[in-house]
Amino acid sequence: MARFAMVIDTALCVGCSDCVVACKTENDVPEGFCRDWIEEEVRGTFPTVQLTIHSSRCNHCSSPPCVSCCPTGASHVHEGGVVLVDHGKCIGCKACIEACPYDARFSHPDGYADKCTFCIHRVEKGLLPACVAVCPTHCMHFGDLDDPESEVTQLVRSRPYHVLTPEAGTQPNVFYLTRGR
Amino acid sequence: MTVLELTSNRHNPGIDPLLNAWGWEIAVYLFLGGLVAGSLILGGYRVLKSPRRQAGESYPWGPLLGVLLLSLGMGALFLDLGHKLSVGRLYLTFQPTSPMSWGAWILLLVYPAMLAAALLYPPERVPFGNAPLARVRAWSEWVHARPRLVQGIGIANLAGGAALGLYTGVLLGTLGARPLWNSAILGPLFLISGMSTAAAVLHLLSMVGANAKQDSFGDLLLSGLVRLLNKDTGKSSMVRYDQSFMTIELALIGLWMIGLLTSTTAHRAAAALLLSGAWAPQFWSLVVLTGLVAPLVLQHFEFIGRIRHTVIPPLLVLFGGFFLRFIVVGAGQGSHW
Repeated sequence: MARFAMVIDTALCVGCSDCVVACKTENDVPEGFCRDWIEEEVRGTFPTVQLTIHSSRCNHCSSPPCVSCCPTGASHVHEGGVVLVDHGKCIGCKACIEACPYDARFSHPDGYADKCTFCIHRVEKGLLPACVAVCPTHCMHFGDLDDPESEVTQLVRSRPYHVLTPEAGTQPNVFYLTRGR
Repeated sequence: MTVLELTSNRHNPGIDPLLNAWGWEIAVYLFLGGLVAGSLILGGYRVLKSPRRQAGESYPWGPLLGVLLLSLGMGALFLDLGHKLSVGRLYLTFQPTSPMSWGAWILLLVYPAMLAAALLYPPERVPFGNAPLARVRAWSEWVHARPRLVQGIGIANLAGGAALGLYTGVLLGTLGARPLWNSAILGPLFLISGMSTAAAVLHLLSMVGANAKQDSFGDLLLSGLVRLLNKDTGKSSMVRYDQSFMTIELALIGLWMIGLLTSTTAHRAAAALLLSGAWAPQFWSLVVLTGLVAPLVLQHFEFIGRIRHTVIPPLLVLFGGFFLRFIVVGAGQGSHW
């Protein structure tokens, strides 16, 4: 069984927001909302400060609190471990929004909870997610983490990485490569 | 100096800059749900303690008031839903890991328990429809002839109230993404607070209805509530119950804060929101001082006869009970990992 994951090389990301625009266009994300976004982090002691830029989205966690709290089963884990929302089943209670430590979900103007789908409609056709496909610096990678030969598996094996808020215990599947080997 | 500066271009309404997905509707629902849970427990206790109706007692108005308040609370919850027409989906499934799914089914089950308790003690008369009342009386006699059934109704009210009261706190407590809520104490805290507000409502109504005449529908309702728990000590019983509940509530708030302050950095920051941060003025003034300490002190002096009984302490308890939910919902959304 596949386990889809995204790997983002923070050494290459320049924060151009191409991924954000591609997502909005591909998924018809309503004006004023976004399923992915850019975060910049400045850390250190002057003058030795470091700027890190990365693209963020739903982490499609292996232990997703948004799924376990959903009262109708609308939030569910699809094949490949992708966390999806069945819009027809969603009552708009917003419990999943409260349950997500990454604040990756939002309430769509039509009332249901919305978020990144890893562009599963594209992936099932053998295409890459829109954000990955358009990235001009090729800092984003997508693939099956259970496949030892996949690019994402090779990258997390060979490069140091971190995930967001590991202490929340959600086991995220978006990995951020850091500088160095 | 070490700097850590985070910048994000995310701008989702209700999420940024601070999470505000749940508003006053949730606080109203949690408050009314807790109040009704408390009245179910007190009512269930009353049924088990004294199965037979006392002379002049119009007990059914208690559970019927509960039905009304719970329906108002569910109305507030309905207002909060983004996809209102899909609300029936809650009852097409049961999700064992979702406290909200448990709550939806608990809400459905407490209605018959409340109505059964109401029908157990039909009133002497009603403003209209006395013919159906005779049928209710016949049903009531049929039930009273079966003590185990009466006991079952009492236990159903007690258990339904406990489940409803606990669930309102567990609903928040299981959302680990919000460190302020992530405590098992919230279940018992909201349950005890609900019992405190239920006792306050009955206390309040007993004050208003103590001298009620029995010749009007409204007075009949109020005087019935006066004798809800004990035929001749309605008011002082309520004060004693309320004093106990508020003392336990203060202790639970203290334990909740100790739990947070001895946990991770995120949990300590969450506790600081209430103790010394952005929500501290509201928390200390509206919940702790006005909603708990002031009524405790006033009711103590009332009880020992230093000051006369007024409606102020139960009103303050209700005020504090609502703001406990409002502030916990608001501050919890401001806490994060």
